[in-house]
Parts: sequence; C-alpha cells; structure tokens
Amino acid sequence: MSVAARPQLSHLRALESEAIHVMREVAAEFERPVLLFSGGKDSIVLLRLAEKAFRPAPFPFPLMHVDTGHNFPEVIEYRDRRVAELGERLIVASVQDSIDSGRAVEETGPRASRNRLQTVTLLDAIAEHGFDAAFGGARRDEERARAKERIMSFRDDFGQWDPKNQRPELWNLYNGRIAKGEHVRVFPLSNWTELDVWEYIDQEQLEVPLIYFAHERKVFKRDGMLYAWREGTELIEGEETFDATVRYRTVGDMSCTGGVQSSAATLEEVVLEIAATRITERGETRADDRVSEAAMEDRKKAGYF
Amino acid sequence: MTLDLLRFTTAGSVDDGKSTLIGRLLYDSKQVFEDQLEHVAQASERRGGEGALDLALLTDGLRAEREQGITIDVAYRYFATAKRRFIIADCPGHRQYTRNMVTGASTADVSVVLIDARRGVLEQSKRHAFISALLGIPEMVVAINKMDLVDYSQERYEELVAEFAGFAEKLTGVKSIAYIPMSALNGDNVVERSELMSWYDGPVLLDLLEQVEVAYDHPNDKPARFPVQWVIRPASAAGVEDYRGYSGQLASGALKRGEEIMVLPGGGRTRIAAIDTYDGELEEAMAPMSLTLRLQDELDISRGELICHPEEAPLVARELEADICWMTDELLRPRSRYVIKQTSRSAVAVVDAVEDLLDVHTLERVAAPQELGLNDIGRVHLRTSTPLVFDPYTSNRRTGSFILIDETSNRTVGAGMIAAAA
Repeated sequence: MSVAARPQLSHLRALESEAIHVMREVAAEFERPVLLFSGGKDSIVLLRLAEKAFRPAPFPFPLMHVDTGHNFPEVIEYRDRRVAELGERLIVASVQDSIDSGRAVEETGPRASRNRLQTVTLLDAIAEHGFDAAFGGARRDEERARAKERIMSFRDDFGQWDPKNQRPELWNLYNGRIAKGEHVRVFPLSNWTELDVWEYIDQEQLEVPLIYFAHERKVFKRDGMLYAWREGTELIEGEETFDATVRYRTVGDMSCTGGVQSSAATLEEVVLEIAATRITERGETRADDRVSEAAMEDRKKAGYF
Repeated sequence: MTLDLLRFTTAGSVDDGKSTLIGRLLYDSKQVFEDQLEHVAQASERRGGEGALDLALLTDGLRAEREQGITIDVAYRYFATAKRRFIIADCPGHRQYTRNMVTGASTADVSVVLIDARRGVLEQSKRHAFISALLGIPEMVVAINKMDLVDYSQERYEELVAEFAGFAEKLTGVKSIAYIPMSALNGDNVVERSELMSWYDGPVLLDLLEQVEVAYDHPNDKPARFPVQWVIRPASAAGVEDYRGYSGQLASGALKRGEEIMVLPGGGRTRIAAIDTYDGELEEAMAPMSLTLRLQDELDISRGELICHPEEAPLVARELEADICWMTDELLRPRSRYVIKQTSRSAVAVVDAVEDLLDVHTLERVAAPQELGLNDIGRVHLRTSTPLVFDPYTSNRRTGSFILIDETSNRTVGAGMIAAAA
C-alpha cells in the first residue's frame, strides 16, 4: 500500500474533522448540551460543523443566544433567519431580564457596557435549563488566557474556571465526567486561528452578517477605536460622530465592539485583509479586553464565555 | 490554499531558552501582532529590560505566570508559513514536568528537545527525549541552544551531539534525530541562517519543521480503525426515516465503499453500503476524516464498538499490560478502581499490580515499587469490566492510548499506553 497515493488532508479539513469529533463526543457523553450562537463568525462556523456532525438528523441540542439587548440589528436579523433555515430551536437568554429581576445591575455612564452582565445571564440560563455542556466558538489564538484553555473545559458548580487546576487533556480522549450542578464549556475551534475561520467561511460559502463587510456608518472615536453610534449613546466631551467606511472583525455588544476602517467588501477581500493584518482581532476591536492585562482571565474565571 | 498541519512540542525549564525559542519562531516568521509586541515591550520595560524585547514574554498567559515569571500549564501557539500551518504545544518544565510533557507529546508529530550549550545534556533534556520516544513521536529535533555563550564553537557542538547520540541509543521508537546549533536569543539558525556558524550546513529549525513528514498521528498506511462515536438515526425527519449511520473519526487507515468490514468486540460482519459526509458520498475515506458509514446489514452497533477490515483485526481483551504516567498526588495502588476511556469506549478498570517503575535517569525499569506517585511512569497489569478493542501503542497511537479517571473526583489521573494483551 502506497502512502503517497493518498494525499494529506488540508489543514482546514484536518481542523474540521477534529472539531466534528469533539462535537460528537459531547453529544454522546452529556445529557443536555447547548450550543451558544451569537450570530458572530465563530459560532456561524460551529453551526456548519454541527450540520456536518449530525445531519441528516436534527441537532441533539438547542442553540442559545445570550442577548445583551445592545445588538447590531443586522446580526439579530441574520440570527433568526439562520436558525429558521436550519429548523433548529433557539433559546434567547436576555440580559434585560436579568436586570429586571434584580440578578444583574446595569452599569451607568458613557462607558457603560452589558458585557460583564452576560456572565450572570449565561450562568442563570445554564442552571435554569440544566445544561451540562455548552459549546462556544472561542479560539486559543484570540487572547493570552485562552491559549491555556482546554478543548473541553471544566466549570465547577459556581460556573468558575480554575486555570491552575485544569484536567490534563491527552490524545483525543476527553474526560466528560462531572457531578450534578457542574458543567463543561467545549471549544471545538480551539486550534483554529482567525484566518482559518475566514478561509473556512470562504470555502463553505457561508453567509455572515453584513457588518463583517465594509459599509458606511455613523461612528465616534474613543480610546483609539471606532464605535458605532446608536440612539442613546452617551458621548464624552470632545467626542463627535462622523461617517466612516468600516467593517467589524468581531461581533459583540455594540457598546464595546469597535469597527476597523476597511474597504473589504467580499469574503475574498476579508480573507486577504486578515492574512495581512498586523493586529489581533481582540486587540483591535474589543474594549472589554483592554481593561487590564488579565481582563479576559478574570472574566473567564467568573464564568464568562 | 491547502496547507498541511504540523503539531510539535517543546519542553524545557525556565532557563534553557524554550520560551525565547518559541518567541523567536513567532517573531521571525512575522506571526507576532503589533498589539502583542506592544504588550511585550511594555512588560519588558517594567521588568527593567534594557531596550531589548524579552521574547519569552510572548508566551506568558496567566496573571500568576506573569507575576511569578513561571509557566504553569501547557499552552498552545499557532503560526503559519507559506508552506505549513503549525501548532506548538509549549510545555513548562519545572513543575508537573512529566505530566505536562506527556500531555504535550500526546498530540505531537515532532518533538523539539532543547539543550543549553553551556550546561550540556541535562536530566531535563534526557527526560523530554525519553518521554517523546515513549509517547511514540518518531521525529526528534535536538536544538543545541545558547551557542552565542560558547563562542559558536563547533567543537562544543560536536561534543554535545556525541553525548546526546550516546544517550539516544537507548531510546526505542525514534526514527530520526536532527541536531541544530542555534542561539534563540540572537536568532541564529532558528528562521535565519547564522553567519557565525558557517561550519554548520544542515537546515535551520524552521526549514526542518516545514519539511518533516507529517500525518504520523493518523497514519493512513496502517490498518483501518473506525471507533463508532455516535449513531445517526433521525426519528422524524421526512424522507430519512430509514436512515441509520455510524459516525466517527477514522483513527488510521482507509475504508472503501463495498468493502467487507468486521465490528468488534462482537465480531459481526457486513459490507460498507455508503460512506456519507455532509458534502456528499465518498468512494474512499482516509484518516483522520470524520465520516458516517451506512452498512449493508442491520447489525446492532453502538458507541464504543470498532469497525475494521476482518483480515487486519486489532486485539480484543479484558486484561492488559500498559505503561501509565501518573498525574495526581494520590498514589496509584494495586486493586484501585478507575474509569478507563479508550477510543470512544468507557469501562471500569482495576489495576491488579504495579509491575515496575521506569527510572527516567537511567532509562531502566526497576523492580515493582507497589505504587506509582505523581509524575511516575510504570508498567501495570489492568483488568476491565468489558473487553477493550485496541492495538499496542507502538503500532497505533489512537487505539493504543487511554486515560484513567478517578470515580469520585472525576479528575483525569493517569495516561496509559497499551503494551500488550495480558
């Protein structure tokens, strides 16, 4: 038998196969998994991988969106359309409900963000529905703390991550055993980079929300980033709005996600732009990671995505 | 763009320049982003660096690591060149060293062993080479680092090569060892060829990593092994009521439509009716593809069973001999019970006896210690509640490996490599 006769799988196919393997392991070993779907590029890839893992059957888990109420309208429109196309069930866990019920307290001032509050809503929803595994689209290349994250990552009954005391993860053997009240976060895209995600979206010809492509928008500049202006935005003295051609590299809460000046209007142009970029996606666009050196680590320990 | 993927591991202690080497690979291959660089520049300054970037800081992730100047856990790094995509399993050496090295090595195609040219072949480097060999990594690169501190001496380099080669004769399973003299700090022979060591005419590290043969982890010239993970049987979807597919990731080898297959441990036989993927049916599939098989006859197959060719069957047994790397403070004692997970199969395992302990200093097996402690590696005799379907680890990494899980704490406590049926 000749080895050379069988070509190597491309790196995207190898990453895809690894992710499908992870998703099937979780479906088989957990009672109530859920897939966190935000309408962002990474969770869009997760949905395609779930189709590849489980079709022609329906997904063995529902989808869930933690909704800050401060979304880009284009993303919510996309989310609902995509869920309807797939014929799967979507749960919306609302940060507004957490605030209304007194579980979370709204930040105030011009820099107020609901980013941190999402953790409360997420953990409450996991407890309410009895979820024991939650798929997320996080990648290790995104951020320093995430480079240390397991593919299947244990959370105690407070939803906390203990980075110094993680289960060793060997070969492709995942330890899915937990006690009641505990859960795992599962990151099938752990080994993917931002460029892999875009190349995959291009390869699979996946639709993404329009805010990922260059468009004209009313923005204002803060801390060196361009934020979308929307009804109710409080400007700090000296800030003013102006029109700019931007696109988004990440999709998060409008209040903490910055756009980048870009003319990339097609998938191909986005792939080229990402291949040439010299700044990480979170460094360029996420105010939530700039709070301190260990901002992501602290939020993750508390139960963030 | 169709690049392939190479996974390699590095291990070492704080001082031997491992983090600097990784930082140098990322930096010189232009994989460091401006905001990361700014972060490193600021952190270097705070620590009193004299203008030079401390590339080691690129790899420090957690708050405690930055505060204490240590690395706590295996971290994964990603970079790409025009030829290949790379995943580095970056294993800290000084704490939980064996556990970290075993974890990093378990998914690697290549191992990069660091040697400090001043200090010579230390125990740490030997241990890393030994674990790489034990974990079945066939390609080893020995990076003789800090050549700048020995005046780029060819004589010193050759002395170290000879010393390491003498030690490596005792390692089994290593296919090839390449030696490279380098200075990660100054970038000599990492990505750029060193002008100060013109006497060296071999490849620089990155060239070597770009050229080495991969796919060792999912070899497709080996017998087909398809552990069933999940059965797809849509209950209600219109038009597919009769669909019954067996899903999994091909661990090794290749499968073709129409071929006769056998299902273990039961032994039932049938033919492959179709190889399904979301992107359409395939005539032939190869490792490491994830796929769904439909079979000609209705066999009652569930998760944990393994599909193979009848003439190339793996072993089926309830008693095994295995090497175990122990990963927790509580000792592994004879007659202890654990959950064993091997391929997609879980069972209860009882360790009947600890037969010997591997001395990582001498590479010799010493008499039974009765128990294994944290970071010990030893041979055990195991019994399982249901038969396992496996190959010896030395012939198949995917079907020859397992983990042991503590039934009470649910922690992963041991990593196992099957030697033989007992």
